[in-house]
Amino acid sequence: MAEIAPGIHVRHGVHEEATAANQDGIANIGFVVGEKSVAIIDPGGSRDDGQALRSHVRAVTDLPISHVVLTHFHPDHVFGCVAFEADKPHFVAHARALALLVTRGEFYRNSLADILGLEAAGDYEKPAMLVTDRATIDLGGRSLSLQAHRTAHTDNDLTILDDRTATLWTGDLLFIDRVPAIDGSILGWRAVIDTLRQMPVKLAVPGHGPVSVAWPAGLDDESRYLDLLTREIRAVIARGGSIEEAVGTVGLSERSRWLLFDDYNGRNVTTAFKELEWE
Amino acid sequence: MIRSILTTAMLIGLAGPALAEEDEAAQATRWQELKSTLFGDRPVIEDSNVITLDAPTRALDASTVPIGVSMSTAGPQISGGVTKLWLVVDGNPSPIVGAFSFGPDADPRSLRTRVRVDQYTLIHAVAETANGRLFSTAKFVKAAGGCSAPSTKDPQLAMSRLGEIRVRLEGNSVPVEGSVTTAQLLISHPNNNGMQMDQLTHNYIPPHYIQTVKVTYGSKLVFSVDADISLSEDPAITFGLRLDGDGPLHVEVQDSAKGDYRRDFALLKGS
Repeated sequence: MAEIAPGIHVRHGVHEEATAANQDGIANIGFVVGEKSVAIIDPGGSRDDGQALRSHVRAVTDLPISHVVLTHFHPDHVFGCVAFEADKPHFVAHARALALLVTRGEFYRNSLADILGLEAAGDYEKPAMLVTDRATIDLGGRSLSLQAHRTAHTDNDLTILDDRTATLWTGDLLFIDRVPAIDGSILGWRAVIDTLRQMPVKLAVPGHGPVSVAWPAGLDDESRYLDLLTREIRAVIARGGSIEEAVGTVGLSERSRWLLFDDYNGRNVTTAFKELEWE
Repeated sequence: MIRSILTTAMLIGLAGPALAEEDEAAQATRWQELKSTLFGDRPVIEDSNVITLDAPTRALDASTVPIGVSMSTAGPQISGGVTKLWLVVDGNPSPIVGAFSFGPDADPRSLRTRVRVDQYTLIHAVAETANGRLFSTAKFVKAAGGCSAPSTKDPQLAMSRLGEIRVRLEGNSVPVEGSVTTAQLLISHPNNNGMQMDQLTHNYIPPHYIQTVKVTYGSKLVFSVDADISLSEDPAITFGLRLDGDGPLHVEVQDSAKGDYRRDFALLKGS
């Protein structure tokens, strides 16, 4: 756990897939401490991951946990919700997150249960505070500005800006070191990156990568990867090539620059190809 | 580092472990039932000299699994060539992807499309020849969740281009009258199967899927297909086409909501 700016605590997620050893603690998660209450930013990837985070909060402060904010619906970010039920916080998410939590949640939970066991897998909570555009959370003496984005990494990415320190929690709109995974729109993601660049940010917490990065330079690697995929897929489409051909050829010059590249690049190309063939 | 393939897809969640993977006996039983439903008592012969199926061993995206069928058009077994083709994803809630009929302007040696795969399953392709014989082939594909995956990442955009039809020639070849070419048909359609949830209302979206596609060249049939919900969203069909005369290539699509979409394509220069 690192305090990257006053009152902003981040737990680094390992660059692995979920295992019993890491308890799906693979995403960067953490919390922000105000004068009256605490907001959790992503409660973790499993029951134990969430409980460990809650213990970290209690080692720092006795203030109540008023909010649990979900940056998006993916399991490594939300299945620690169960660890915070007793705090009765407001669960907060992008308005579109609820539908995907419901439709894919059971599948995710069963998959995680195969690794951790059903109870240890944890579960999500249905968010009651849904953000369609912007919202503010008051923690007493410090406020968090929430912004819901257009379809990018997923269709329900939410960023959280701490006004006191100008620290931006990007969720999975920013991957560093670990290869980005596209579960939304490659063109939307590139547009959102341009929006994020303009925000008044000093420091950012990526969803995967180091606990903090300089802004906006931290966006550069991801931006280069997404630009390359777009360019190379458009070239395959322009010469009448197939989706199979694109999967076998696109993005490979980035292979040595990213962890878990072989696990995600082919699927990223598939998703992006389907989008770009309708441009 | 121990890496679980199983969890690789979890971060994205469209492909993943089969929650209850069928054993080989169950797979065989399932196919027997499907075969009997489709073909009754007619013999179906497995013969890779006549028909082969290409599919990924493990799907990258279970909602869009590219598959390809190659069919022989010569040889004593298949006099008259292939006239029909069935594609079946055995383990899907609605297993039939489509029943294709080939016309005089088809080159049925190759056909590719993209399908949804809901669990680890066999995919079958069955060809019928002009002399009424049936030949099959199968491939096992590891993929899961493709039927309930959100059908589209951007529903508004998808509906705004609903029914848009595109045709492109493979390799951007310059078509010559009388030649055989490979063309790809793209149809913008969510092909909702009733298993996806509306992002705003949180109700399940009623099924809205393509039922028939008919492609003609000039006055002659290239192929038609009776389709079902196992076809991917924004269906893509790559097929062989005999450029028999001036055309045009005419495409008609009908869906389950009585949508009717048609478009002509002049493929030959100056036609």
